[in-house]
Amino acid sequence: MADALLTLDGLRKAYPGVVANDDVSFTIKPGEVHALLGENGAGKSTLVKMIYGLVKPDQGAMVLNGVPFTPANPAAARAAGVAMVFQHFSLFDALNVAENIALGMDNPPHPRELSQRIRDVSNAYGLPLDPDRTVGDLSAGERQRVEIIRCLLQDPKLLIMDEPTSVLTPQEVEILFTTLRKLTAEGTAILYISHKLEEIRALCEHATILRLGQVVDTCDPREKSARELAEMMVGSTLHVPSRAELAPGEVILSVDGLSLKSATEFGTNLHDIHLEVRAGEVLGIGGVAGNGQDELLGALSGEALAPGAITLKGEAIGHLGPNPRRSRGLLTAPEERLGHAAAPDMSLTENALLTGSVRKHLTEKGFLKWGAAEAFALRIIEAFDVRTPGPDNAARSLSGGNLQKFVIGREILQNPDVLAVNQPTWGVDASAAADIRQALLDLAHHGAAVIVISQDLDELMEVADRFTALNEGRLADPVPTRGLTVEDIGLMMGGISGDMTDDTAEGAA
Amino acid sequence: MIRLEKRPSPSRFWATATPILAVIATMIAGGIMFALLGKDPLEAIRTIFWDPLFHETFGPYSRPQLLVKAGPLILIAIGLSLGFRAGIWNIGAEGQYIVGAICGAGVGLAFYPTDSVLLFPAMVLAGALGGWAWAMIPGLLKVKFGTNEILVSLMLVYVAESMLASASQGLLRNPEGMGFPGSRNFKEFPAGHNAEIFTNSGMHWGVVAAFIAVIFAYVLLTRHMLGFQVRLTGEAPRAAKFAGVKPARLILFSLGVSGALAGMAGMFEVTGPAGQVSIDFNSGYGFTAIIVAFLGRLNPIGILLAGLLMALTYIGGELAQLMLGLPGAAIQMFQGMLLFFLLAMDVLSNYRVRWLRKEVTS
Repeated sequence: MADALLTLDGLRKAYPGVVANDDVSFTIKPGEVHALLGENGAGKSTLVKMIYGLVKPDQGAMVLNGVPFTPANPAAARAAGVAMVFQHFSLFDALNVAENIALGMDNPPHPRELSQRIRDVSNAYGLPLDPDRTVGDLSAGERQRVEIIRCLLQDPKLLIMDEPTSVLTPQEVEILFTTLRKLTAEGTAILYISHKLEEIRALCEHATILRLGQVVDTCDPREKSARELAEMMVGSTLHVPSRAELAPGEVILSVDGLSLKSATEFGTNLHDIHLEVRAGEVLGIGGVAGNGQDELLGALSGEALAPGAITLKGEAIGHLGPNPRRSRGLLTAPEERLGHAAAPDMSLTENALLTGSVRKHLTEKGFLKWGAAEAFALRIIEAFDVRTPGPDNAARSLSGGNLQKFVIGREILQNPDVLAVNQPTWGVDASAAADIRQALLDLAHHGAAVIVISQDLDELMEVADRFTALNEGRLADPVPTRGLTVEDIGLMMGGISGDMTDDTAEGAA
Repeated sequence: MIRLEKRPSPSRFWATATPILAVIATMIAGGIMFALLGKDPLEAIRTIFWDPLFHETFGPYSRPQLLVKAGPLILIAIGLSLGFRAGIWNIGAEGQYIVGAICGAGVGLAFYPTDSVLLFPAMVLAGALGGWAWAMIPGLLKVKFGTNEILVSLMLVYVAESMLASASQGLLRNPEGMGFPGSRNFKEFPAGHNAEIFTNSGMHWGVVAAFIAVIFAYVLLTRHMLGFQVRLTGEAPRAAKFAGVKPARLILFSLGVSGALAGMAGMFEVTGPAGQVSIDFNSGYGFTAIIVAFLGRLNPIGILLAGLLMALTYIGGELAQLMLGLPGAAIQMFQGMLLFFLLAMDVLSNYRVRWLRKEVTS
């Protein structure tokens, strides 16, 4: 233990209803790149927040350089030599690089001196950065450099990086890795969080794998294949229920060569997406968050137009907005319930009107039929067991699970030909989640085509007939869920199709 | 310790009660201000709120003024409220009001001295079109180039004021006015005069238009899909897009309606109570209407009441200046307080106030 930089011993953190971390122990040595691997919700974020002093562990102890380490806040963690680069940057666009860095320091030096130090550090580590440039003009990669240099100026012993490559181009990834290797050569340890298996194989010497808040395995990623890492991460506990096999119906919806630039800065562009769904079929689309899920749903719902790329029952609908698509039978339910799928301060009746006006004929010559809208809301509440005092209540007064049942029910009760949902059971309690999945299966059983986008692999295994995954805006070729192995799934999520070898995989460093 | 807790649903009771509370708070704070100015606060407040309606000598004169002042405020505020509900901030109603007045009066003066009954409707239409066109400038710029409608519409007010000065000294100047600035007086041009409908009631066509606008807006917001889309866009823009609302169309619609109503208000004012196009016929109605819109909680019925209340403080304020020698700035402060208290009390409809005892933190 003499050469350990940071030792975690039996860390536990529980939130109401969920244990985020349980009995997590591992050791980070000076000068090593230590990977923290795991699916979404495996407890990686909570763990690094404890190390960085943002969250206090319920149990367990940490030892840094042989001294007990209990940071009360991030400033204390920084003083002890722990620095962190977050996935989402905390920079002010209107200020320049040096001003941004000064804001994050406890005792900023004189601006001229600080600029000089920024130049020195950026040259020493091969991260070119002009301290006088305005942050608003910088690319995502350059913004990350600001964050990294901010950390390096504190001369950290341990640098935590949360998904650092998610916003970088491959070239920027290469520069980042060179810098990180230089740092470790000087003895700085790096705790590296990522889903990207090839990156981890290229960079890390040691990996700790978390699943459901617990350490399930450790390994040297350089000695493992991406397939083996994926298996460790996903686990072999995936439950695949046998399902009544339906004769596949006709293709109802097809997407052909859909490419779309994201409307938001940190969104993901979609590249050349092809998919087909048949009547009576559920297509499951997996993938790690932020790989184009929101954008794909937006392209299906009609919020983003994609002329020529989408065909519904033989008719090109890519150029149509949301309501014409609804009237033709394509309905969707976005991931974000409050503010996207539903208006938080509006009543359930008004929210029923939000997507139901076209198919349920809730207007007449533009005038609203409030009685019909309320009746529709009541039917949703009854049919989907939405717990609420009544349809006059505001959407935001419902719990997440109840609102989600309302949102999914609102679409299902409109008898869609195609229903596309994004994260249908995100943040929903187990029984409500089971109800929602059952409703989606019933819908498909009655002849609709269903697309379920989800990060929950168990869910996809339970409902989907065919499985595919989004990775950096690209969609893998769908394969039947039946007979799919855990490693296949993990590899598709990491952007590696079955017929590619590990070494030629895209997105790898 | 006071702590604010977000309510699960906005409180209907407080949404109605806060305007009343705000008026009471304004009376108290205003009373203190008047007392500090050395005036009797009770008398000042009575002069502002009571005397304009019920005073023996002033009442008969100031009662009609209530409708004269409230009419344009309500008409403009109704239009503004549609945009404000959707999160589109037309701050330049004053400019649209002026341009509407110039266009409406211009059409009338072009046909001087006709006595056709068609002239007045044509003038109303021209006023509405003028205001609409002036509002389309920030609208189109926002839709095409993403400019900020607050700045553009506000700056266009100053352009409109310059146009008004130019029109009253040049293009629309009374040819028989011996070189004085200002147009012909519409009071001597019956076909183009926006006269009182009932003598000494203050009721002119602009007031009628305001009442129609209130009903129109009420039906639109509560019974029509377009009104639903306006509210949805204001409350949850992403959900509105998901529901199929086209943002560009909504921007042009709400700016267009508010511009047209403001333009009509300007036309009714210049051909009625003001009587002629002059450099300073506009008296800031376009700006005060913003206060009226918020005081009425962007609700048509609320705006109707708020417009009347605001008109009352105007008339009462003038009366107080005259009778008690209160400075004009004090009256403006008083009106400012009203808006301040209203917005501050707004928190009550969305939050619940909890008084907490100091607890010992562990």
